Amino acid sequence: MLWSFVKAFALGGALCAIGEFLVLKTKLTPARILVGYIVAGVILSATGLYGPLAEFAGAGATVPLTGFGHALTNGVKKAVQEIGFMGAFTGGLTSTAAGIAAAVFFGALAAMVFKPRPK
Amino acid sequence: MFDKNAKPSPRRQQQLDRYKQLVERMSPNSDMGKGLLRAFWVGGTICTLGQALQEIGKAWLGMNNTAASTFCSTVLVFLTALLTGLGVWDKIGQYAGAGAFVPISGFANAMVSPAMEFRREGLVLGLGAKLFTIAGPVLVWGVSASVIVGIIYAIWPW
Amino acid sequence: MQGTIELLRRPRLCMGAAIAGKKEGEGPLGTGYDQVIEDDLFGEESWEKAECRFFYTACDTCIRKAGLTREQVDVLLGGDLLNQITSASMAARELKIPFLGLYGACSTMAEGLCIAAMLVDAGHVRTALCAASSHFCSAERQYRFPLEYGNQRTPTAQWTVTGSGASLISSDESLPAIAQCTHVTIGRVTDLGVADANNMGAAMAPAAADTLARHFRDTHRTPGDYDLIITGDLGQVGHDILLELMRQRGVPLITERYIDCGLEVFSPGQDVHAGGSGCGCSAIVLNSHILERIRRGEVHRVLFMATGALLSTTTSQQGETIPGIAHAIVLEGCSACSGAS
Repeated sequence: MLWSFVKAFALGGALCAIGEFLVLKTKLTPARILVGYIVAGVILSATGLYGPLAEFAGAGATVPLTGFGHALTNGVKKAVQEIGFMGAFTGGLTSTAAGIAAAVFFGALAAMVFKPRPK
Repeated sequence: MFDKNAKPSPRRQQQLDRYKQLVERMSPNSDMGKGLLRAFWVGGTICTLGQALQEIGKAWLGMNNTAASTFCSTVLVFLTALLTGLGVWDKIGQYAGAGAFVPISGFANAMVSPAMEFRREGLVLGLGAKLFTIAGPVLVWGVSASVIVGIIYAIWPW
Repeated sequence: MQGTIELLRRPRLCMGAAIAGKKEGEGPLGTGYDQVIEDDLFGEESWEKAECRFFYTACDTCIRKAGLTREQVDVLLGGDLLNQITSASMAARELKIPFLGLYGACSTMAEGLCIAAMLVDAGHVRTALCAASSHFCSAERQYRFPLEYGNQRTPTAQWTVTGSGASLISSDESLPAIAQCTHVTIGRVTDLGVADANNMGAAMAPAAADTLARHFRDTHRTPGDYDLIITGDLGQVGHDILLELMRQRGVPLITERYIDCGLEVFSPGQDVHAGGSGCGCSAIVLNSHILERIRRGEVHRVLFMATGALLSTTTSQQGETIPGIAHAIVLEGCSACSGAS
């Protein structure tokens, strides 16, 4: 189990460090980098490169936003296998529903409970 | 400036180039080594926490892989929402940069923080509409890319 | 002469007031402000209302300190950073003084002073009040990110000052006076291609250099003729670039006699990166620290020049570069003022 932690730490940390490198080097805004990450995740997963990585590093590959893209691709592939062509439209959001719904719900909840603080 | 094909005169171009060099020389750069290290250890820690949550889900809560992975993202999103609400997350973000925004926690922070910020503009057009201002593009392009992958896969499965 | 106007009747800057936020109160000039508001919301329910109240309080304090009533002020000139300058307009709604709203981004304080001094000099009005305000929290949400969003600030980024300053300019010789206004130089919009909204100092420095150079040329003066040259919010980067640009133009500034309000308002330990910014930055520094130094006779002739970055989030997203502007006004201590002082 310890080894799985080490792998998650190393790959997760490395993906974040690449993001930081892009921030500092290219002056891209975080929003653009995140869009890049998720699209990269979708493509890497579709070309079969991300699957082994997720297999190997667990949360180190699934927690970063590229993992979100991987989940989108896995979802559409599974849905296409199950229901055919229309699966291309249902699969992505189905497989990522938990993360999105949680962020929407907790976001709304937090906004009802907390107020932004001056810095 | 209203002529789309007009190029700056050579003298103006030289002035712009010289000023660009001056600005680059005078503007301090971020410390790359420190930035990478901070992003690495904070990002790594968040992912390790995610791994721990998955292991807990599988070992103690009797979850299968999919459920454990869902459990992991939901808890991380919840924790980020809580830390954002308590005013702690922006400090983590300032410290760690990509280490905080690349993991799913950054996605959560990008939804929670505008929801909180624009709560005063009302529940519908404030909180409701602004929730997606930062994270929206991620969903738009992520989902669009996956639909394209799905269509290709439906036609030529590999 | 292009843009430089000598004010022959020497309108007098009679009073200043500065209302600052908590972080500014903790800064090196903290004891000089008329009031430090510990609560960033100023008892209101939104940042916008709080900023409006800063603006109102600065105006109100300035009028009261000068021993006047609102009815005796002929015109209020002012603005802020928010869309449609709502802080200033809504404060003017309460003040009920005839109001000219100004938008000059962070140059608003100087723009207001220039116009007020010219109006008074021309004899159109007797007493004019100028004010400007900014608020860190309202500016962040309009120009950047929500407060709780975990973004990293770059080393060239500046910190919007929470606060408001007001100055009263009058030809009424029965009022006490701090300084007389002798010249104004109106800025040209200048753009040398900086598009990075996190490096405002670099975007505004060429405008500052242009205004300064024209001022020296038109008045046949040199930097040595001024005890102090003050820029608004160029921050560390813009400060250094301005020194270099003036050196290249052959009118080098005297480093010891040049200060930037953005560098004065916070101490390096306050984690504000390149320094303070915003309309309120030059407004509160001028109306506390600088006027006090003139009053005490430590400096006699000063040139106050506030710079503004004339961008919007829309033009930024469309990839436009950032136009800058800088307006200057010369103030001379009132040992030389005519009449009672």
